[in-house]
Amino acid sequence: MLWEVDIYPAEGQADLAADQIWNDAHDLGIIGPWRLAAARGYLIQGDLAAEQVERLAVELLADPVVERFTAAVVGDPRLLVPPQEAMTPIYVLPKPGVMDPVALSTQAAIRDFGQQAEAVRTFRKYWVAGLGAEELAKLCAKILANDAIEQVVHGGLPFQRIEQGEPYRFRRVTVPLRAMDDDALMRLSRQGQLFLSLPEMQTIRDYFRGLGRDPTDVELETLAQTWSEHCSHKTLAGRIDYRDETRHIRFQNMLKETIFAATLELRRRWGDADWCVSVFEDNAGVVRFDENYNVAFKVETHNHPSALEPYGGANTGIGGVIRDPMGTGLGAKPICNTDVFCFAPPDIPLDEVPEGVLHPRRVMKGVVAGVRDYGNRMGIPTVNGAVYFDRRYLGNPLVYCGNVGLLPCDKSRKEARPGDLIVALGGRTGRDGIHGATFSSAELTSDSESLSGGAVQIGNAITEKMLLDVLLQARDRGLYHAVTDCGAGGFSSAVGEMGAEIGAEVELDRVPLKYAGLSYCEIWISEAQERMVLAVPEEHWPDLHALCEAEGVEATVIGRFVPTGRLVLHYQGQEVANLDMGFLHDGRPPVVRQASYTPPPETPLPLGGASTGQADLTADLYAVLGSPNVCSKHWIIRQYDHEVQGGSVIKPLVGIRDDGPSDAAVLRPVLDSYRGIVLACGMNPRYGDLDTYWMAAAAIDEAVRNCVAVGVDPRRIAILDNFCWGNIDRPETLGSLVRAALACRDVALSLETPFVSGKDSLNNEFRTAGGEFIAIPPSLLISALGQIDDVRLCVTMDWKQPGNPIYLVGATAEELGGSHWNLVRGLSGGKVPRHNAEAARRTFTALHRAIAAGCVAACHDLSEGGLAAAAAEMAFAGGFGASLNLDAVPTPNPDLPIVARLFSESNSRFLCEVRRDRAADFERLLHEIPVARLGQVNDTSTLAFISAQREVVRAAIQDLKEAWQRPLAW
Amino acid sequence: MASPRVFILRAPGTNCDVETAYAFERAGARADRVHVRRLLESPSLLREYQILCVPGGFSYGDDIAAGRILALQLRQHLQPVLEEFHAGDKLLLGICNGFQVLLKAGLLLPPDEDGVVPATLTWNDSGRYEDRWIHLQTTIEQRPISCPFLVGIERLELPIAHAEGKFVPRNGETLARLEAAGHLVLRYALPVGTDCPQPEPATHSDGRLPFPFNPNGSAANVAGVCDASGRALGLMPHPERFIDTVQYPRWPRGWTPDPPSGLTLFRNAVRYFA
Repeated sequence: MLWEVDIYPAEGQADLAADQIWNDAHDLGIIGPWRLAAARGYLIQGDLAAEQVERLAVELLADPVVERFTAAVVGDPRLLVPPQEAMTPIYVLPKPGVMDPVALSTQAAIRDFGQQAEAVRTFRKYWVAGLGAEELAKLCAKILANDAIEQVVHGGLPFQRIEQGEPYRFRRVTVPLRAMDDDALMRLSRQGQLFLSLPEMQTIRDYFRGLGRDPTDVELETLAQTWSEHCSHKTLAGRIDYRDETRHIRFQNMLKETIFAATLELRRRWGDADWCVSVFEDNAGVVRFDENYNVAFKVETHNHPSALEPYGGANTGIGGVIRDPMGTGLGAKPICNTDVFCFAPPDIPLDEVPEGVLHPRRVMKGVVAGVRDYGNRMGIPTVNGAVYFDRRYLGNPLVYCGNVGLLPCDKSRKEARPGDLIVALGGRTGRDGIHGATFSSAELTSDSESLSGGAVQIGNAITEKMLLDVLLQARDRGLYHAVTDCGAGGFSSAVGEMGAEIGAEVELDRVPLKYAGLSYCEIWISEAQERMVLAVPEEHWPDLHALCEAEGVEATVIGRFVPTGRLVLHYQGQEVANLDMGFLHDGRPPVVRQASYTPPPETPLPLGGASTGQADLTADLYAVLGSPNVCSKHWIIRQYDHEVQGGSVIKPLVGIRDDGPSDAAVLRPVLDSYRGIVLACGMNPRYGDLDTYWMAAAAIDEAVRNCVAVGVDPRRIAILDNFCWGNIDRPETLGSLVRAALACRDVALSLETPFVSGKDSLNNEFRTAGGEFIAIPPSLLISALGQIDDVRLCVTMDWKQPGNPIYLVGATAEELGGSHWNLVRGLSGGKVPRHNAEAARRTFTALHRAIAAGCVAACHDLSEGGLAAAAAEMAFAGGFGASLNLDAVPTPNPDLPIVARLFSESNSRFLCEVRRDRAADFERLLHEIPVARLGQVNDTSTLAFISAQREVVRAAIQDLKEAWQRPLAW
Repeated sequence: MASPRVFILRAPGTNCDVETAYAFERAGARADRVHVRRLLESPSLLREYQILCVPGGFSYGDDIAAGRILALQLRQHLQPVLEEFHAGDKLLLGICNGFQVLLKAGLLLPPDEDGVVPATLTWNDSGRYEDRWIHLQTTIEQRPISCPFLVGIERLELPIAHAEGKFVPRNGETLARLEAAGHLVLRYALPVGTDCPQPEPATHSDGRLPFPFNPNGSAANVAGVCDASGRALGLMPHPERFIDTVQYPRWPRGWTPDPPSGLTLFRNAVRYFA
């Protein structure tokens, strides 16, 4: 029997779900006299009597204080009695096979309650009145449900049973590859969602011709995944022929010769003082922390899934990257998350959003909720992030998720050994995420939703938390030799990678499944979440099994690492794959790609009236503070638990009211020590339109600068690169990326800041139904992990004490190209900020000494919006005013226009409040650096900038704060 | 007496157990983190301990509702041993998710005559999760119940981090009864002193402080409640997140509550057994 329990807010209680939908609908222009009520519900299938279901509802499912419920068999008219007059019902249910964590928990709880349910499914139920058919359809499609994972039912539910999958009948499938010509190969690559190039398809065909047999489906899928851009980075780690205005470079392996090479060179330079542990090899980069621990850091992107299903995409994005440190060495304990998003502006009118694209507001809400729900449930503080808005992210939002893990020094290496059991740990395998790895290497189109719905998933954070709990215990008891996560490519890539040097045999029918009906091929390539693979010596298996049992975590032996150099898969005793590991990992044909770059000619920036000394630029400051990239992100930040684990030292929001924007987050991963780690990031897509070299340099400068601003020693900062780019088949697009990589190499070397890991996501373009391409701007995220000996020496950015002098550190040039002042004024042109390596290194070193010596009361980096924005933020965060003299701004150009003094975005600059009695020390420590005193903190509530005795900006700090907080205060 | 032993109950999704154990140890106790499956197998384990703490997190994902499933397990399978524990002059503490669990398991507030729990914790008025520091005061004057955890404490500053922390009684009479009996020991409060000068905000007609001072819309600004003995306390804020100066958000401004508000609460618990 199929029972339905509908749960409504009790009389007098707010209907929060309906209110939120109402607001979202209003934002999208579904206005008018209509009404909405919301319920949540459960479908419970089982041999249960009415009283039993009633009891479940009362004692388990509904809260008697704030909720009421209706329980009946599906089809019962009582379930269709509207809560208010003239309303019609709409059910939204997960599609079959979509993860439904609440249903799983509920089923277990019902069992615990002493009753039996065969299956449980959750749903949301809405009652609507007063909407026309067209608007109702729009409401369903745009707000109530996401077609990628959910189905909508109008009226009563049309089924009597919950589908649970049909049993699978084994049939070995081979693909007649040997006979295929080029056209057929490419058709197969596309239609089979392999997304391999013609030379790659030809190589595979020729390999099997040589073997005298055709591949099975699972062999072909394994090759496609292993060779996918997502898993192998074949483009950037490949041959590239690059030309720009001064250079012609033939790379054999572009990444190795730029970014990796810089790290290698630094490690060689440092010799015994090298503090890198494991770089560009494991699932995350690892550096030394203290005598007992290392730290592992990784940032990934989950762009395409987030475009289709923002909640699930971001949810599994953060869930996936958390498993990277967990799968590094013998397993790191995740200690904090970082998240950076790129969206189209949230105020785009609905009718300007192309077909197949979700409105950016909905994308943003879904992404934030997805990160929130996974990170918070895992008990990992989300401490750092940023959001960038640009119209070109409309079809391709970017979701960067990162995680830092704490790894005991003696657990930082892993090695699977011949004879080890292959153990699958954690979640079960389902049909979710099929073709995720190959899909992420393709461009999105208006019908991606229907094509790759299987790549979209919902995570189950608690499964991963349980997995983490047993993993760390098993690690500390030495129960396994190696661990890796099942990410993109599922078992295929996890087992393939771990056994690359040995060989592996897997019995696919042993893998625990979420439901019946999966073929051997689906089992192998499923990217179902929350799974890891261990290499377990046989003698430790009983202990591991008992440990997992005690915590309710599933662990299954699915095969063994055997010294054959081959990957062999069986299903029900029959061989379904037998591949040479050598061919799998090294057989991919080399491709030479062309890359070229010509920087766009510099155009003058028309300053107009803003360049004269007479202009009042107060309105410009308000506009910059209220621009979406600069404005307060408290709506996001406060939804994340940024203090769990108890290590929080500098929070993302600081100041007298806890609402100023911190430059970086600081935390203590070891609670009885004051040694800290610091997390920050830098990104400037707008500079990339002018020159990707200076964009990349500025992003590194910004990430490092943010760390230095809170007190980090610049010699202890490790960084990561994440390249998100458009279609690199176009030489200019690839050229712009290579040019950024060259900057990464140069700046890493000059600042002595090593890259320790990285990742790329290419082909971020959207093809509209009309065939038009929207490419994202070059989007290089630099994430920084700094370290600090004693967190008690950290400083925050809020002004502390009237009477303290304020110094500007670093030189300002006329660099308004790509600036936020240009943006709010609607201008283009001007010079892009150019990083000066020598000046940057000296400034960071000297300022660090001053902070460590205790001279600095507050410090803030100058970035988007320049001096004016930084000073405003420091003022309203601290609750004090100041009057600052622009004529004193250090600059090589004495004729520097006022507007550039205020808003130029030159690199390597800071605004510092210095303790009054330490000003002499501060000046002495920074005597080699361009630095000048602009004024002092005062106890007024006004911020003013003065030039030639005239106020060019004057504003109440409360008004500045209001302008900064309002835009995203959703 | 030797330092008291603390049983930190862990379930799938519990995630504040490590720092809560650390906080108890900083306060002088000895803490063990034990999985609920272990306790279900051998309930008598609890007899070795003086303090039972259900820490924060998302037990069973907070699926269905926050704390509901773990509460059900405690009620269904562990009621006798919990009653025995409590009767033995021992202490019970629920923090955040632990508060939700204890309240929904009926271990904090006695049920009304019809057997229904008199109050619940439900969705914040904002409809979303919120992490922020708030001010609290204890109802120290005319307190009919003495709560050992709060001895000597008048005001605290602690962070909250929850989505379902709004305290809702069944009705006004129930609220008045709980208030009169002294159960409502911890309230959200306005800041005092010069550290946080604020204009006096408008208070709701029912006495509730506006957001963010009352961060979730709780009736009567309730942030924590104790049982009739005072020895069982549940609270939404996280005392384990303020046991060291550098956890305080405004420490770089040169002033912090001393000793840290949270540490006092844990020390009080340890001192009860001195």
